[in-house]
Amino acid sequence: MTPPPEVQDNSTVDSAGKTVSLPVIGQVSRRTALKAFGATLGIAAFGAAAKPMLEKYASMSPEEMLQRHYKELDSDERAAVINRLQDETKVRHGVDVTIRDLPPLEGVKYGYAINLSVCNGNGECMRACHKENNHDRESNQSYIRVLEMQRGSMDMEKGSTTYTHPVPDDDKFYMPVQCQQCDNPPCVDVCPVEATWKEKDGIVVVDYNWCIGCRYCEAACPYHARRFNWKAPTVPDDEINPDQGYLSNRMRPAGVMEKCTFCLHRVRDGRLPACLEACPTGARVFGNLLDPDSEIRWVLANKRVFMLKEELGTQPSFFYYFDE
Amino acid sequence: MSQTPTTPSHPSAGHELEHSQHRHMVTYPKFLWKCFCAATDGGPLFYAWMIFLTAVTLVGLSAWSHQITNGMAVTGMSDHVSWGMYIANFTFIVGLAAGGVMMVIPAYLYHDHDMHDVVIVGELLAIASIIMCLLFVTVDLGHPERFWHLMPFIGRFNFPISMLTWDVIVLNGYLLINLHICGYLLYTRFQGRKPEARFYIPVVFISVFWAISIHTVTAFLYCGLGGRPLWNSALLAPRFLASAFVSGPAFIILTLYILKRLTDLPVSEKAIKTLLQILRVTICINLLMVISEMFTEFYSGTAHTASARYLYFGLHGKNALVPWIWTAVALNIIGAIVLLSPGLSKRANWIKAACVMVFIAIWIEKGMGLIIPGFIPSTLHEIVEYTPTITEWKITAGIWAFGLLVYSAALKTTVAIIRGRVSNQSQNTSPQDVKM
Repeated sequence: MTPPPEVQDNSTVDSAGKTVSLPVIGQVSRRTALKAFGATLGIAAFGAAAKPMLEKYASMSPEEMLQRHYKELDSDERAAVINRLQDETKVRHGVDVTIRDLPPLEGVKYGYAINLSVCNGNGECMRACHKENNHDRESNQSYIRVLEMQRGSMDMEKGSTTYTHPVPDDDKFYMPVQCQQCDNPPCVDVCPVEATWKEKDGIVVVDYNWCIGCRYCEAACPYHARRFNWKAPTVPDDEINPDQGYLSNRMRPAGVMEKCTFCLHRVRDGRLPACLEACPTGARVFGNLLDPDSEIRWVLANKRVFMLKEELGTQPSFFYYFDE
Repeated sequence: MSQTPTTPSHPSAGHELEHSQHRHMVTYPKFLWKCFCAATDGGPLFYAWMIFLTAVTLVGLSAWSHQITNGMAVTGMSDHVSWGMYIANFTFIVGLAAGGVMMVIPAYLYHDHDMHDVVIVGELLAIASIIMCLLFVTVDLGHPERFWHLMPFIGRFNFPISMLTWDVIVLNGYLLINLHICGYLLYTRFQGRKPEARFYIPVVFISVFWAISIHTVTAFLYCGLGGRPLWNSALLAPRFLASAFVSGPAFIILTLYILKRLTDLPVSEKAIKTLLQILRVTICINLLMVISEMFTEFYSGTAHTASARYLYFGLHGKNALVPWIWTAVALNIIGAIVLLSPGLSKRANWIKAACVMVFIAIWIEKGMGLIIPGFIPSTLHEIVEYTPTITEWKITAGIWAFGLLVYSAALKTTVAIIRGRVSNQSQNTSPQDVKM
């Protein structure tokens, strides 16, 4: 091919002494053509790389994408959201579930106490929580961790959550830890989008449809009470607990925070938390802190109770005590 | 920047102002277009570098796509160590962005004229760094598509109680401030006009304080958490600033050497010297703070030191970070010795090596070396370690590559404008004019 005279620069002399050049179309230089080719290739690669992500977002409904914060929804909108979520569970799992949105009861503030002289570390509370709250089966998730502590020490560093031997060990005592439903909750303060807040009855809740999944609350909580859904929890269809609460144990999406809600869907219905009901030792006491005749008030008045990490100023609604 | 205006314009009368506004409607798009052309035009080395960065960026994008589709479970993070490599890099790069200001202070506050032509190198670094910061936070989100929840008035912005909302404000503000300064200076230079002080000098002064604020607020994210003893220290914010003013100038010195070699930007030895002087001071302050923190942790030996013991010596047989942190300590000390030694610090190669060393040292110290041990042991004193997965490495590399892509393109354009190859008068940039 004969090079046009104006692009002499593109020609070189090869070993045979003949002048050669790459093809040039009129005024469009090889450089521009290559750049256009490169840009096209780049855009195509960009599209290929982003495709799975874009497909995922394209499959989401606009209602889901644009859903407002829980507190901004009126009762009709909440009902519509709940219907949508119930339908989703039906489609995905083939299970009919009832999601209720029970409001806090008037004149109630919940308190929880554990008798550490009685708790023997059997872990039934963890297992009950696991089932009640539709936790991920693979990771054996639960809102409760039971620490096996060295007798004569309150140092958690000497404790263990991974003990597997028969309980109780005479040398140890056992301390279950779950959300302390703090009156001054650091997790609520740090949330940048108000996706978590404290309800009137003292329960700290999460709006799973508003949480952006930054996990700042998980870093802020001094009690390891918060959990992140690293993937969507897997629960076998026949093991799904159909009695669900909008702010508690409904099926959680991937990528959001969750936490213990004192089984809000049960306690606001006049029942007890699943962990208490499952405890075979009777170590757990739950009740209304505002009711002077409640058992929890009797414990607070008559036992020498303490709070976990009281020095952090979180003001827990969760108490521990020993009998002797 | 520009000291010798070629065509100074003084729009005073009303019709002239109107005329000038109309002119900007034409000139500004032209400016953007020519910047784009300059940023995408260069020699073989430039193309190779940009293609490489694009490829790594796309690898990162693909990995992020994978993470979005399969959930954050593809990362090495857990409920015990709930922040990992992304937030570690975010924290470090906020420092890099703040460190860019260390060129602004001598250039504008002390009227150091040798700095005037290169100060923009620091401001562009701030822009590229903030973009990387925002990306690192975005890829760390479980639901990035819900970003609008974080927008004031549209979502529910938990201001002022959540420190993260402060960070959103200061980081985006810093980005806008630097975009304005760089954009204004380049645009006036492009038009062949002298920049008017009132349009950018006040903003430059704001940027100095703002740079300090971005890193202070980022430190407050961590030191405000009472449940994390390693972070809950009043020294954290000053230490963040000290290390930022090590990593920032170190990176800029390396950039200046590269620009000097590959472009025709006039980089004076004196500018590099000024930065070296800053580096000599900040590296000592940073080391002093490290020692101060280590003394407090280890001499008192209270139960609160578990994280520091884990970081430096390992705890109950778990010691994943020990080699990392001692590498950082060693690099920091060697870097400091080189920079403080009268003989070695005169040789360019030693300076470059020392800058690389302290840059890596701070990346470890303020990245993984700060974030990960904050979670180990956990608040219930469980020891669960963290190792980033290949997906996290890919995404991290992708964001770094994208940041460098932005930085390279911006520097390319800037050099072309400063050297007068791209201006309102110029017809086309010819690749033959450009060394790189």
